[in-house]
Amino acid sequence: MAEVLVYVDHVDGAVRKPTLELLTLARRLGDPVAVALGAGAADTAAALAQHGAVKVLTADAPEFADYLVVPKVDALQAAYDSVSPAAVLVPSSAEGKEIAARLAVRIGSGLITDAIDVQAGDEGPVATQSAFAAAFTTTSRITKGTPVITVKPNSAPVEPAAAAGTVEELAVTFGAAATGTRIVSSTPRESTGRPELTEAAIVVSGGRGVNGAENFAIIEALADSLGAAVGASRAAVDAGWYPHSHQVGQTGKSVSPQLYIASGISGAIQHRAGMQTSKTIVAINKDAEAPIFDLVDYGVVGDLFQVVPQLTEAIKARKG
Amino acid sequence: MSLRIVVCVKYVPDATGDRHFADDLTLDRDDVDGLLSELDEYAVEQALQIAAAHNDSGDGDAEITVLTVGPEDAKDALRKALSMGADKAVHVEDDDLHGTDALGTSMVLAKAIEKTGYDLVVCGMASTDGTMGVLPAMLAERLGVPQVTLLSEVSVEGGTVKGRRDGDAATVRLEAPLPAVVSVTDQSGEARYPSFKGIMAAKKKPVESLDLEDLDIDAGDVGLDGAWTAVDSATQRPARTAGTIVNDEGDGGEQLAGYLASQKFI
Repeated sequence: MAEVLVYVDHVDGAVRKPTLELLTLARRLGDPVAVALGAGAADTAAALAQHGAVKVLTADAPEFADYLVVPKVDALQAAYDSVSPAAVLVPSSAEGKEIAARLAVRIGSGLITDAIDVQAGDEGPVATQSAFAAAFTTTSRITKGTPVITVKPNSAPVEPAAAAGTVEELAVTFGAAATGTRIVSSTPRESTGRPELTEAAIVVSGGRGVNGAENFAIIEALADSLGAAVGASRAAVDAGWYPHSHQVGQTGKSVSPQLYIASGISGAIQHRAGMQTSKTIVAINKDAEAPIFDLVDYGVVGDLFQVVPQLTEAIKARKG
Repeated sequence: MSLRIVVCVKYVPDATGDRHFADDLTLDRDDVDGLLSELDEYAVEQALQIAAAHNDSGDGDAEITVLTVGPEDAKDALRKALSMGADKAVHVEDDDLHGTDALGTSMVLAKAIEKTGYDLVVCGMASTDGTMGVLPAMLAERLGVPQVTLLSEVSVEGGTVKGRRDGDAATVRLEAPLPAVVSVTDQSGEARYPSFKGIMAAKKKPVESLDLEDLDIDAGDVGLDGAWTAVDSATQRPARTAGTIVNDEGDGGEQLAGYLASQKFI
């Protein structure tokens, strides 16, 4: 069976969920061969094997942490050269897309980004994407070279499937470009203890109607009652009420959770672009004419300062 | 030392318009107004600030060329950038470019950038239509220069570009020697509005037109037929069935909790 390269997103050996989802998709196309780079790369092997990786190629070198993106491209290309895969799958993070882009140029292959599904087809993998603020769904395939596809989080279930997961060290020769962009300093993002926005099953977002940074506490309280991530509209971020890293929308993060709760968000096209593929959408807004209500499965026309705390208490009561 | 800055911009359909696909599954440009991609305005703004700082430093003159690949109408995007303050424009326009994908566009842009001459290439973080966000990385790969991308802060001093990148897991400070490719986010600083004087001056600024022959690119390598990817279908998402909407009569939160429980979210 053909091999399929899967680029592993991990933090010090802890594999992030989108990579496990990729392994589910990769198994539809062939035998997954995972590529894990940087500190803790070898520690990923057990989790990857449990989810179907027949082989885990690992490499660690200071270059991965000291220089931007290109050393990882060099390594992925080395894996590509050693395996000759039928496809390369990469998580659709900002960095993942850049790695995939450079690899595609190098190997002369087409690139599809932000796939929300991948299926085997007669002429290679068929990727489903959503376009124009999720108003359209397209299917595409790559017509030249080895398909390189980046896949959005929450696009496939995580399915255990035991495989050998044989660990092999990958020999990487860094090219001259690898040391082009130096990472002078790195400040880890402070953990909020909440799930990562793009990976979360439930997202609770606040917008202009939250009316102040201090009021985001009630959005956070609702999120915590549901074990959810917190999002914010661009209006709230631009006003300085919540960090940009939580912005949902065209210029922020694109989310596709099981449940999206929008509070005080009118639903401008730029926001809808980032959340419209959510499975269930709920909105709370005092303006009955807000466009967000066109999208909802359930909407409450009312003052979020009344509705949200009541909802939080009701959830806590039901959870006991 | 002069500083030659090339800003890559895209002419995109207005996101607030009714965007859809044409029969050949490319973007239908006829039925919706186009404009300079909002995210590219940030690139033009940062280029203007970098140029101003360079000129103030007495290191010589900075010159900003704004570059686009697109149909005749794409000149509107160039004019907007010129009216903001860019010095000149290059428009790559050729009927054979219709349907070119990201791989092809990066090739055309790279050739045009090399032909124009550059020390720094500045891009927006993504287009507002395709939203792939891969072009800056592709350009750096093709040009063989460092990529300093997704910056919320950027500066150029003494032949070095520095910036701040807010990643998912960490905020990093980056540094690379020129020439380099930079992309900036919508956090980099509000883009200026063109002044009346700027709009009048833009009309006199040079716009150079290039076609595929000028760039020594074979038509078979671009356009729909030359694309590295093919769109097989585009389906309009069915309108969501109208949801339940209740007016809060004092128990809106309770009712919503009931709904969430019925959907097994609680």
